[in-house]
Amino acid sequence: MSEADEAARPLPAWSLPADAIDRIRLTFEWPDRVTRAWALEGATGKDVRVCVLDSGVEADHPKVGAISDAVAVSIGDDGEPIVGPDEEGDSCGHGTGCAGIIRGLAPDCELVSVRVLGAGFTGSGPILLAGLRWAVEQGFDVINMSLSTTKRQFAEVLHELADTAYFKRSILVASAHNMPVESYPWRFSSVISVGSHAEPDSLAFYYNPDPPVEFFARGVDVELAWTGGSMIRATGNSFATPHMSGICTLVLSKHPDLTPFQLKSVLHLIADNVGGRG
Amino acid sequence: MTEDGFRAAVAAGVIGSDEAYGSLLRSIVEVARAIFGAQRSSIFLYDEEADELVFEAVAGEAEQGLVGSRLPSSTGIVGWTLVSRQPLVIEDLTQDPRHAREVAEKTGYVPKGLMSVPLLFDERALSVLQVLDRPQRPGFSLQEMELLGLFANQAAIALDLLQRSRRAKAALDTGGGDVAVVARVAAALDELVEGDRAKALRLLEALEDVLRQ
Repeated sequence: MSEADEAARPLPAWSLPADAIDRIRLTFEWPDRVTRAWALEGATGKDVRVCVLDSGVEADHPKVGAISDAVAVSIGDDGEPIVGPDEEGDSCGHGTGCAGIIRGLAPDCELVSVRVLGAGFTGSGPILLAGLRWAVEQGFDVINMSLSTTKRQFAEVLHELADTAYFKRSILVASAHNMPVESYPWRFSSVISVGSHAEPDSLAFYYNPDPPVEFFARGVDVELAWTGGSMIRATGNSFATPHMSGICTLVLSKHPDLTPFQLKSVLHLIADNVGGRG
Repeated sequence: MTEDGFRAAVAAGVIGSDEAYGSLLRSIVEVARAIFGAQRSSIFLYDEEADELVFEAVAGEAEQGLVGSRLPSSTGIVGWTLVSRQPLVIEDLTQDPRHAREVAEKTGYVPKGLMSVPLLFDERALSVLQVLDRPQRPGFSLQEMELLGLFANQAAIALDLLQRSRRAKAALDTGGGDVAVVARVAAALDELVEGDRAKALRLLEALEDVLRQ
């Protein structure tokens, strides 16, 4: 077997034979100290594909700019969810707000909208799952999900999708609930879960040593794009989430080989309360 | 009917739920408005059968005639709140002409700003509570958000209790048979003054002895 063939052969998932150690040797050059300057300074989001799973995106909004694709999930005649082109755009304003936050932090990233709202509340669980499944299959680098469900019947499938995303190197960034309820997928450890801090700094974020919420990002009194070309101010964990997505996009833009595990480690090291700004 | 169902049915008879239901909804919106010093507060209940949100109660200067109007369950800010199950606070809404027009048609009022929170109980999303035009204060605080969440949780628990008894009462009204009689007796017993109630209880206990023989 040639060296190239050998390198292409997948490793067994459950063990590491002695002759395979060289094949997983990492060439990544880590600095003596991981700082925010190393992690994201100069990054623009270029070559990073970001998916906004929300209410749709108003593409021509000046704070959002061009989006490369927009799909909507609906329930087909057979009762099953289907993914098709989004002909309606944003049904609320929220998705446009999230897209604008990500664009503001990472101006050169590629944005794709997956609309999972607008087809009624009854089918919203299956629609959410289908939208997330589609996003994971497309292999986006970052998936922004400011939504959650309290339905336990969807928890298992959501958990599987979150793990699949993690193993396929898609970062799933999800809003934590700031109400005393059980909801998903933010509670799963394979996602990056986000709560709010109140500082007016879009790049400030904090690692939470007391999970399940892993990070706090800017979520209070945020100026953001809204439908009708408008700008509004808003507060909520659902706006902290795209801030964290934007930061992930910047790091991945500068260091595209990071796995979700490594990205989480970097985020921890550069968090404001861990000393990454120093 | 199971024992739990029987208990709920009797409770429904005692509560007289339609009146209590309306009072609870009005109380929720009035307290929400008072807590935040807002101009107005309203509540939209989710109608599962129609898959729509129903504008059920409003506090503050408002056109009561619009109560009962319906909105799509998954569009607009109220629909987003229901589907996403996430609370959010928005200012400067009048900047969005489409939103202003749609909201004005359905509720007769265009807010500058609003807080929107889902009322969640267990797995279910029951309704959406909105608090409109609270006083502008520099720096909206996370404590306000937390207060909104806590109040919504309490309101959801009360709403769930009342919805259960309302469903039980509906079941009784549409064919509860023997159980309906017992529920009416329980309701009548509940309304008696103390001395009369003791006498009635003795009578019922005697009846129970006869029935068990």
